[in-house]
Amino acid sequence: MYVAVKGGEKAIDAAHAWLAEERRGDTAIAELSVAQIREQLALSVNRVMAEGSLYDPNLAALAIKQARGDLIEAVFLIRAYRTTLPRFGATLPVETADMTCDRRVSATFKDAPGGQVLGPTFDYTHRLLDFKLAADGEVAEAPTRGAPEEATPHITTFLKQEGVIQTEVDSGDTPRDLTREPLELPADRALRLQALTRGDEGFVLGMAYSTQRGYARNHAFVGELRIGTVDVEMEIPELGFAIEVGEVELTECETVNQFTGSKTEPPQFTRGYGLVFGQSERKSISMALVDRALRWEELGEDNMGAPAQDAEFVLYHADNIQATGFLEHIKLPHYVDFQSELELVRKLRAEAEERNGANIAPQQEAAE
Amino acid sequence: MSDYNFAYLDEQTKRMIRRAILKGLAVPGYQVPFASREMPMPYGWGTGGVQVSAAVLCPEDTMKVIDQGADDTTNAVSIRKFFEKTAEVATTEATDEADVIQTRHRIPEQDLREDQILVYQVPIPEPLRFLEPSEVETRKMHALEEYGLMHVKLYEDIARNGAIATSYAYPVKVEGRYVMDPSPIPKFDNPKLEMAAVQLFGAGREQRIYALPPYTQVVSLDFEDHPFDPSKADHPCGLCGSEDSYLDEVIMDDSGSRMFVCSDTDYCQSRRAAGHVGHQGVPFEEVSA
Repeated sequence: MYVAVKGGEKAIDAAHAWLAEERRGDTAIAELSVAQIREQLALSVNRVMAEGSLYDPNLAALAIKQARGDLIEAVFLIRAYRTTLPRFGATLPVETADMTCDRRVSATFKDAPGGQVLGPTFDYTHRLLDFKLAADGEVAEAPTRGAPEEATPHITTFLKQEGVIQTEVDSGDTPRDLTREPLELPADRALRLQALTRGDEGFVLGMAYSTQRGYARNHAFVGELRIGTVDVEMEIPELGFAIEVGEVELTECETVNQFTGSKTEPPQFTRGYGLVFGQSERKSISMALVDRALRWEELGEDNMGAPAQDAEFVLYHADNIQATGFLEHIKLPHYVDFQSELELVRKLRAEAEERNGANIAPQQEAAE
Repeated sequence: MSDYNFAYLDEQTKRMIRRAILKGLAVPGYQVPFASREMPMPYGWGTGGVQVSAAVLCPEDTMKVIDQGADDTTNAVSIRKFFEKTAEVATTEATDEADVIQTRHRIPEQDLREDQILVYQVPIPEPLRFLEPSEVETRKMHALEEYGLMHVKLYEDIARNGAIATSYAYPVKVEGRYVMDPSPIPKFDNPKLEMAAVQLFGAGREQRIYALPPYTQVVSLDFEDHPFDPSKADHPCGLCGSEDSYLDEVIMDDSGSRMFVCSDTDYCQSRRAAGHVGHQGVPFEEVSA
């Protein structure tokens, strides 16, 4: 006999208790510490900070632990936490030209002031599983060299001196804040970049890749990719000047793109720009390519109808927290709307059978 | 939960949401953009409704949360617990005891009063979305009252199927101006949209709030020769015998025999407590004993 579904509350509590147990795994195996995640899974931590829009390696590591390594779930934990934080001001724009670079490569000039610095990169490693790591993760100390004396100016400054790259003008406007205002279109470049830097790495990568394969192709040279730390400064009203409040690790990518000129602009190079928290190379290069594709309108280029040129398409679908929530909600109960569809299909079938008479074989009730 | 503000959101955020609600009430059916916050539950799981509820709840209020008409479905339980924890408000399953009712996909069977607020969780607030995917375009269409596309869609339904093939989230026109998505309630519920209570619609992921003030005119779109038909399963409730409530279908055994029961669990239970027994039910006292 059916009485009416009850017990949702008990079921939820039991499910969560089981989840906690599964998260811990086999208790005979040592528990993972937050510090271990922060130090040894640093690229996961970076991704969570970037897409979570919160620079805090410890919290990101905690989120990864709590999320059982599901990075989108970890991003979600960070975003939900971020919502509750009070905002007491904004920092000054960081000066990436003054970055202390761990890595700095240019694909456009063989050498430039500051040099080519490979830094800690997977590039040129042979992707062979290192079975030694399974037994023993100890490593020999890497050779060191003192930090270079000379400054590391942006590669694009040299192109700018020659006048062959488009000058970016600072409008002086305070950019709109994606996390405090609803996303409304048209979105200016500052807003688009905000959405891209916190967008899903896989989505932004896919969009960027599509431009390389011809959907709004804008052949991009990596003018420069730099990774390192920058000082974060904030103006304190009581003091009347800016003080350093900390430093963050950033990855910055500037692409140099061909541009043949338009009715209003002479032939010149243009830029795509990517800036992401932590060491996040793939993401920042992807971001720069998509940024460049989205600039078709202001540069007077043709709309090829490519997905990466459609700001509404890109901006509305880049956020993995929005996407995963809506996607996964379809596992929630839909008894009511499904029931109304069921009634409708039955009614339409009955009417069709009536019209067609004996042409349709009678349906069995249970088979519906 | 003293670490968090009353009803989770900070006061500035609540003020921002209240402004959007007031604007929505002033322009019934118009979708007001608002800076939706990331909530500790996923987008698509009621974050819009939760934010609206958080903005209208007062400490002395009593809250009810239903999903698919039922108080005990998992997501309803989860949202009710959230407000018990963050707002410490009283909660109830009784429709007439609630000041604020948050709902997903149903309007309670019992008529609501002027001192009640019904908050809907909305997945896709834009009624024109599946006809025109671009938000820029649909906002223009609303501004120009260009609803021809919707009527063409309904007409094509009739031409193909002999009837309008929309059974839930059935579009309505509000006060002769805005076409509005009533959220995925079954079209059976559409006539109840003209009611005494304030109705607020929150779409968190899509960052929109809209509203219906009490007694607002809400007309389900139709044609003179194909009038709107708020149909439901042609059965009485197996438990309480109600002839006029919306019914869920439950599969009873391996051979697929079915039973129909009220989707509104509080309504069904109240009727059984009052002595109504359906043809597959047992007297209420025996169940609760």
